[in-house]
Amino acid sequence: MTKEITTKLLVIGGGPGGYVAAIRAGQLGIPTVLVEGERLGGTCLTIGCIPSKALIHAAHEFERAQHQAGDSPLGIRVQLPSLDIAQTVRWKDGIVNRLSGGVGALLRKAGVQVIKGWAHIEDGKTVRIEPADGEAVRMHCEHLLLATGSEPVELPMLPFGGPVVSSTGALSPETLPRRLVVVGAGYIGLELGMAYRKLGAEVAVVEAAERILPGYDEELTQPVLDALEKSGVVLHLGCSVQGFDEKHGVHVRSARADEFALPADRVLVAVGRRPRSTGFGMESLQLDMAGRFVAVDAQCRTSMRGVWAIGDLTGDPMLAHRAMAQGEVVAEVIAGKARRFEPMAIPAVCFTDPEVVVVGRTPGEARAAGFDCIDAAFPFAANGRAMTLEATKGFVRVVARRDNHLIVGWQAVGQGVAELAAAFTLSIEMGARLEDVAGTIHAHPTLGEAVQEAALRALGHAIHI
Amino acid sequence: MGIYAIRVPDIGEGIAEVELVTWHVQPGDMVAEDQSIADVMTDKATVEIPSPVAGKVLALGSAVGDTIAVGSELVRLEVEGAGNLKENSAPAPVQQAQAAPVSIAKNSPPAAAPTQPVALAERAVAPAPLRPSATPRSAPAVARTAGERPLASPAVRQRALDMGVELRFVHGSGPAGRILHGDLDAHVASGGQAPAQGPAGYAERHGEEAIPVIGLRRKIAQKMQESKRRIPHFSYVEEIDVTELEALRAKLNQLHGATRGKLTVLPFLARAMVLALREFPQINARYDDEAGVVTRYAGVHLGVATQTEGGLMVPVLRHAESLDLWACAAGIASVAEGARSGKAARDALSGSTITLTSLGALGGIASTPVINHPEVAIVGVNRMVERPMLRGGQVVGRLLMNLSSSFDHRVVDGMHAAQFIQAMRALLETPALLFVE
Repeated sequence: MTKEITTKLLVIGGGPGGYVAAIRAGQLGIPTVLVEGERLGGTCLTIGCIPSKALIHAAHEFERAQHQAGDSPLGIRVQLPSLDIAQTVRWKDGIVNRLSGGVGALLRKAGVQVIKGWAHIEDGKTVRIEPADGEAVRMHCEHLLLATGSEPVELPMLPFGGPVVSSTGALSPETLPRRLVVVGAGYIGLELGMAYRKLGAEVAVVEAAERILPGYDEELTQPVLDALEKSGVVLHLGCSVQGFDEKHGVHVRSARADEFALPADRVLVAVGRRPRSTGFGMESLQLDMAGRFVAVDAQCRTSMRGVWAIGDLTGDPMLAHRAMAQGEVVAEVIAGKARRFEPMAIPAVCFTDPEVVVVGRTPGEARAAGFDCIDAAFPFAANGRAMTLEATKGFVRVVARRDNHLIVGWQAVGQGVAELAAAFTLSIEMGARLEDVAGTIHAHPTLGEAVQEAALRALGHAIHI
Repeated sequence: MGIYAIRVPDIGEGIAEVELVTWHVQPGDMVAEDQSIADVMTDKATVEIPSPVAGKVLALGSAVGDTIAVGSELVRLEVEGAGNLKENSAPAPVQQAQAAPVSIAKNSPPAAAPTQPVALAERAVAPAPLRPSATPRSAPAVARTAGERPLASPAVRQRALDMGVELRFVHGSGPAGRILHGDLDAHVASGGQAPAQGPAGYAERHGEEAIPVIGLRRKIAQKMQESKRRIPHFSYVEEIDVTELEALRAKLNQLHGATRGKLTVLPFLARAMVLALREFPQINARYDDEAGVVTRYAGVHLGVATQTEGGLMVPVLRHAESLDLWACAAGIASVAEGARSGKAARDALSGSTITLTSLGALGGIASTPVINHPEVAIVGVNRMVERPMLRGGQVVGRLLMNLSSSFDHRVVDGMHAAQFIQAMRALLETPALLFVE
C-alpha cells in the first residue's frame, strides 16, 4: 500500500538550490514538498563549502599557533601546540549540525513539508519516494524541480575506498595522514591540500595540467604557487596518475613518461565534480541535455513542461550561490512573477591561502570577447591594513572597457580577499564605471582600499603607488 | 667611442626657435654623415637638419610638435673616436620655447596622448620634455551595439520584467548608457517610443578625436590669429563685368594657348592690380606695427594663396609688375607647385607685399579674406556667373564676377580702398587698358 500525496511543487534535493527554492515557494504560498535522501543542506552545508571552510580555519589557526611557538615577530610566545584532530572534526560537525538544523527550521517556518528519502521519477508529474524507514510515498505534483546537485568524479584506476578518499572523506578524517597525495590542483584539491599541510601532513599534489588552478590566469595564481612552495607542498605538474598500492603509494607518470611512486598513506582524489543526473529515473523524462548537464532556459525550465532544474545539474559554474539564485527565480516564476536568471556576474572564490576571487571577466577573457579593455592592479604591499595583518602578498585587479570605463571584471588574490567579492559583484551588477568606484570613499585602514586604488590606477591617478 | 650631440643649428634670418615637424631617425638607428635626421619648421620654411657625423642614434631630444630653441640639443649620437661631449655629462635640458607646445583637451582619451620622446635606457638621462605621463581619462557615453546586453541595476531589471518591458528597447541615460528607473518610466510614459532626444531610427554616433595642432597647421593658426588680433579689417565687395575680359581671354587662349599655355583669369587680375597699385602705393605695403612704420614698395611681390595638402600657404611671385600675362601665369603655377610639393625655397615663401586669393569655381558670392600680416591688403576672387543685365534698356546676358577685398584700416582709408578696387574694376571691364602704359 503506497501513500499518495499531491502537491503543487515538489523539489528533489535539499541542497542550497533546493532548500532556497522551497523556502521561497513556501513564502509565496505555494504548497511545496522537499525530498532529501541525506541531510538538509546538501553538499555545500554538509560535505562541501562549510565543513571545508571550518577545516581550513582550524588548520590556519593551528599553523599560526605553531608560527608563534617559533620566534614570532609580533612578540607572542606560546608553547608548541598539539592537535586533537578528533576534536577538530567534532567542532566542524557541530557547525554542520547547527546549519543543517537551521535549514530544517527555516523550511518548517515557510510551511514546506520535508520528506526524508530517495526519490525516483516515474514521470514528469509523479515521483516515488522510498524513505529509509516507513512506507513508500507516491507524490503527484504540478511542478517538479530537479536540484540533485553533483558528486565527485572517481578515477577508474583510483577507486574511492580505504585510503583513497573524495573531498567528503577528507573533511572527516579520523586520523591525520602522515603523507597525503592530492590528485588534482583545482580549487578543492588545493584548499584541502593546503589545510592538511598546515595540520602537519606531508602533502604532494599531482596535476595533469602544466599549472595549478588551470581556470585562472597565471598572474593570479602566482601568489598561491609561491605560498604552496613556501609551505612545502610538493607539486607534480603535467603528471598523470596510474594507480595506487599501499606499499609504494601513488604511481605517477610524468610528461616525459618517467614513472615514479609517491608514498602515501592517504590519497585525496579531487579531479572535478559531475552532475548527478542518473540513478533516480531522470533519464525516463528524456530531457534535452547540454553536454552532461540538463539544458535549461533563463527561467530554469527544462525541455519538459512543468519540470525545472537548477544548480550543479544545469551547468558551470557549479557554485552554491548560483543554485540559490536560480532556486529563487524558479519559485517566483511558479508563483506567477516575471523573473529571469540573468546575472551580470557570478563570483567565484578559491579558499586557498592566499584566497583568490574572480568576478566577471579577466583581461584575457575580455579581449577574447572582443572588448577593448584597460586593466590595472593594486598590490597589497602598498596597503596599510595588509601590512598590519602580515598579508602583503597579492593584489586587486580591475578590468574595464576603454571606451566608457564600464567595469567588466575584478580579480583579487591575497589573505581575506574573499570578502571583497561582495563589493566586486555589486559594482558589476550596478553597472559601475571606474569613476564610480574611484569616487567612493573606502574605509581606512581596510583591504578594501585596494579596490578603490585599483580603479584609480586604471584611471591613471592612483594615490598610494 | 664618444658621444656627439647635434644641436639645432642657427638657420639665420634671426630665427631663435624652430618647431620639430618630423623625425627621420629613431634611437638605435645608424646614421651616415649628411643624412637627414629631422625636419624643423621656422616661420618661413621647413628645413632638413643633416647629421654632421656618422654614428648611432642614442636618444632624441624632443618630440614632434615641440618648439625648441636654436642651440638646444636635438639628438645624441654614439660616434667613433671622441665625441663633442664628455662621457657622463647630462644633456642640457631642451629649452622649451613654449611651456606647453601641444595643448591636448583635458578629456582626451589616452590614445590621443602626445608622443613621448624615447627615453634612453643606457644613460637614463634622456632629455625628456616634462609631460604628465598619465593623462586623466574620462569616458564618453557609448551607444549599445547590436546584441549587447543592456546595462541596468538588478532592481531596474526586475522592475522591467514586472512591467513587461524589454530593456533592449529602452534608452539608457545613465553613465555608460546605464538604464535608470527614470528611463524606464519615460519609456512606459512614451508608450515605448524612443525619447525625443534619443535615436529616432538613426544610430547616435559617439567618439571624438583630438588632433594636435602642430607644424604647418599651428603656423597657419598663429598667422590667422595674429592677423585678426592686430588688424582691424575693412572689407569691400564690388561686382565686375568680365564679359569683355573673358572674350579677350578666350581669344588669347585660342591664338596662343597651344604654344604659350592657357591663361586663367589670375594673370589678368594680377596685371590689373599692378597697374592700379601705381596710384595707391599705401596699399602695396607692409606695416610693422610694433615699430610704427609702413614700408611702401615700388615692386609688387604678389602673394598667391595656395591650398596644399598640409593647409594654406602663400608663396610669393616676385616682381609681378615686370611680367607679361604668360610669364605671370607661369610664375603663379611655378610658385604654387613649389608650395604644394614642399620644395619651395625659403625666400619663395616670404616677402609678399599684397596677396591675391581665389577659390576658383568655389569662389561663392562674397568672402571676407584675412590679410596676410604684415601686408595691408588682400584681394579675393569670387565665382564668375552669367546673369541678365540691363544695358541701354535691353536685357542682355553678361558675365559677372565679384571681388571681395580686405584692407588694414589703420593705414588704408576706406575711401582709398574703394578707389583702388574701382580702378581695378575700370581696368578689368575695359581690358585694353591693361596693356596701356
